Amino acid sequence: MDAGLVAAQLLNGLQLGVLLFLLASGLTLIFGIMDFVNLAHGSLYMVGAYFCATLTEATDSFLLAVALALPATALVGAAVELLVVRRLYRRDHLDHVLATFGLILCFDTLVQILWGPEGMAIRLPAWADGQQHLPGGLVFPTYRLLIIGAGLAVAAGLYVLVVKTKLGMRIRAGASNPAMAGALGIDIGLLFTLVFALGAVMAGLAGMMIAPITEASIGMGNEIIITAFVVVIVGGIGSIRGAFVAALLIGLIDTMGRSFLDMGLKLIIDVQAAETSAPALSAMLIYILMAAVLAFRPQGLFPPKAR
Amino acid sequence: MKKTALALAAAAALLASPSFGADKVKIGFVTTVTTPAGVIGRDMVDAVNLAMQDIGGKMGGLEVELIIEDDGFKPEIGKQKTDKLVKQDDVHFVAGFIWSHVLLASRKSALDGGKFLISSNAGPSQIAGKLCHENFFSTSWQNDQTPMAMGEVLNQQGVKSLYVMAPNYAAGKNMVSGVERTFKGEILGKDMTKWGKDAQLDFSAELAKAKASGADGIFVFYPGKAGGAFIKQYQQAGLQGEIALYTVFTVDSIALPKLQEAAMTGVLGSLNTQFWGPDLDTPQNKKFVSGFKKAYGRYPSFYAAQSYDTIFLIKSAVEAVGGNMDDMDGMRAAMMKADFPSVRGPFRYGNNHFPIQNFYLRKVVEDADGVWTTTVVDTVLKDHQDVYAAECKM
Repeated sequence: MDAGLVAAQLLNGLQLGVLLFLLASGLTLIFGIMDFVNLAHGSLYMVGAYFCATLTEATDSFLLAVALALPATALVGAAVELLVVRRLYRRDHLDHVLATFGLILCFDTLVQILWGPEGMAIRLPAWADGQQHLPGGLVFPTYRLLIIGAGLAVAAGLYVLVVKTKLGMRIRAGASNPAMAGALGIDIGLLFTLVFALGAVMAGLAGMMIAPITEASIGMGNEIIITAFVVVIVGGIGSIRGAFVAALLIGLIDTMGRSFLDMGLKLIIDVQAAETSAPALSAMLIYILMAAVLAFRPQGLFPPKAR
Repeated sequence: MKKTALALAAAAALLASPSFGADKVKIGFVTTVTTPAGVIGRDMVDAVNLAMQDIGGKMGGLEVELIIEDDGFKPEIGKQKTDKLVKQDDVHFVAGFIWSHVLLASRKSALDGGKFLISSNAGPSQIAGKLCHENFFSTSWQNDQTPMAMGEVLNQQGVKSLYVMAPNYAAGKNMVSGVERTFKGEILGKDMTKWGKDAQLDFSAELAKAKASGADGIFVFYPGKAGGAFIKQYQQAGLQGEIALYTVFTVDSIALPKLQEAAMTGVLGSLNTQFWGPDLDTPQNKKFVSGFKKAYGRYPSFYAAQSYDTIFLIKSAVEAVGGNMDDMDGMRAAMMKADFPSVRGPFRYGNNHFPIQNFYLRKVVEDADGVWTTTVVDTVLKDHQDVYAAECKM
C-alpha cells in the first residue's frame, strides 16, 4: 500500500467528514435543544444547493452565490420552523417523523415543479477547479481542499458561538432545561427559530459545497441524511463536539472502507467473493460502528453534560 | 348476503373486462418519473409521446391508450405497478423499464399474466439466457454487448491496463463482465459502488485508487446523474491526460448539457460505444432526431431512441393481425420479424428476442450550433448477438 494513496484517502475522508459535520451539527442542535426529530433536514441541504446553483447562473460568481444563498436558506429554515415545526414540539417523536417525512415529499415536489427533474450543475471558478501539489508529491483537487478549510472554519466559528457568546449561552441553557431557561426570561420561541435557521444554514452550506462535485438534484439530501443521523447517534445526541468527532470518524471509516477493504478481503477469501462482498461490507461499516456504540455506550461518544 | 356480494363483484369485474372485443390497444409503460433518475424517464416518455403523435395515435385502425407508471427507481414498486397494469388496467403490452433489477422483479407479473413484455432499455443477462420467454422482446440490447464492443476498442487503441468502475447492481455486473470478456489487457483494479435510491455519487476514494493503480485507461458505467458527477470529479482530480476515459451509457445527451454547463471540457473527445447515435444515418433516425429536437429543444438520448422504437414495434404487431388483439401468436410472429422502421436501421431478432445489431464507436464533439453531442466514428461489432442467447431454450 503506498503512502501517497493513504494520504490522499485521509484527505478524502476528512473532506467527507467535514461535510457530514455541517449537516449533523444542525441536526444534533435541533434534536438536543428542541427534542425534535427533523427528517427534512436533508431538504434544506437540497434547497441550499438549488439556491446556490440558480444564483451562480444569475451572478456568474460562485462565491457571491454562496453569500446570497446562505441567508436565503436561513429564511426557508425559519419559515419551516414558524409554519410547521413549531406546532409539533409537544407531539411525540413518531409524529415528528411523520410530519417531516411529509415535508420531504413537499420539498422534493416543489423543487421538481420549480426547477424540473434534471438537476443543476454548478460551474466552479477556474481558480477552484484545478489541483494542488502538496508536499510528498501528492496531487489533490483544489476544491476539495477548500471544502475541508471551509468546514473546519465553520466548526471553529460554531464553537466560538456556542461557548463564548451570549446567544451561545442561551442555546446551551435552552438545551439543558428549556422550561427553566424560559422561566428566567429567555424567549424560547425566538431561540428555537434561530437555532432551526442556524441548522438550515449549515445544511444549506453543505449542499452548496457538494453541488459542484455532484450536482443539485431532487432528493440529494435524503441520501446523506441517514449518514448524518448515524453521526448524531455516534457522537451523542445534542453534542456539537460529539458530532464533530463522529463526523470525522465516519468520514474516514467510510472512505477507508471503500479504498482498502477489497484489498484486505482478498487476502482472506478468494478474489471473486471479495469483489462482490467488499462494496456491501464497506457500505455497512458505519452502521456496524453505530451498533457497537449503541451496545457499549448508548448515550454516544460525547453526550452533553446536563440532560 | 355474502354470495350476492360476490356475484355482484364478479359481474362488475366481467363488465369492466375489455375481453368483449378490444376496441383499443392498451400499452402500459413503466419507467422512473420521480427521483433524480426521473430525467431518464422524462426522455423516454417524451419519445413515446412523440411516437404516438407520429403515428396519429392509432395502430391498425384502433385507438391507442398509453398508461405511464412510475417505478420510483425501486424493484418492488416496479413490480407493484406491473401488477396493476396487468390486473387492473388489463393492458396488452407492458413496456419501458430502465433498470435491470426493476425488470427482473417485474417480468414474472407481466409474463404470467399473459402479456407481452417489451424492454425499452434494461437487458439483464438472465432474461437473455435461462429466463428467456416467448412473449418478451427487447428494443435495446443485452447489457454485456455494449461493453464488449468497448473492450474491442480498448484493444484497438493499444490500452494495456485498465481500471474498472461500475455501480453494484445487475446491469453494473453485466457491464463489467462484458468488458472483461473482450479486453485482452490487464485489469488493475475494480470498484463496484453503492447503487439505488441512495447511490454513491462522490467517487473521491475510487478515483484516488484508480490514479494510484497507474492504469492506461479507466472504463466506467454510470447511467443518469451519476455519469455527470463522475466526469466532473474525474476532471477535478486532474486525471484527464493521465488516465484515458472510456465509457458506456455514461456520456449521453442527458449528461452532456450539464457537463457543458459546468465547462467540463475533459469529456470532449472521449470515446464510448453504443448501438445508436443521434447522427446515425437512417431515414427513421433522421425523422426521430429532428422531430425530438423540434418538440423538446434538446438531443434525444439512447433511452428515447429505444422508447420510440418500442411504439413502432408494437404498431407492427397490431397491424399484422389487423387489430385483433386476441391473436397473441400472430402478434408474436410479427414482432419476431422486426419488420418496422427502426432508428438503428434494419436488424433481426435472435432466438431470445434480443436484437442482433451493430455497435458503433462514438466520440464526444461540439456540433455546428456549439452543443456538445456524440458522433459515430466507426463500426466496432457487426450483426452482434449476445453470448447468453445460447442458454435460451427457444
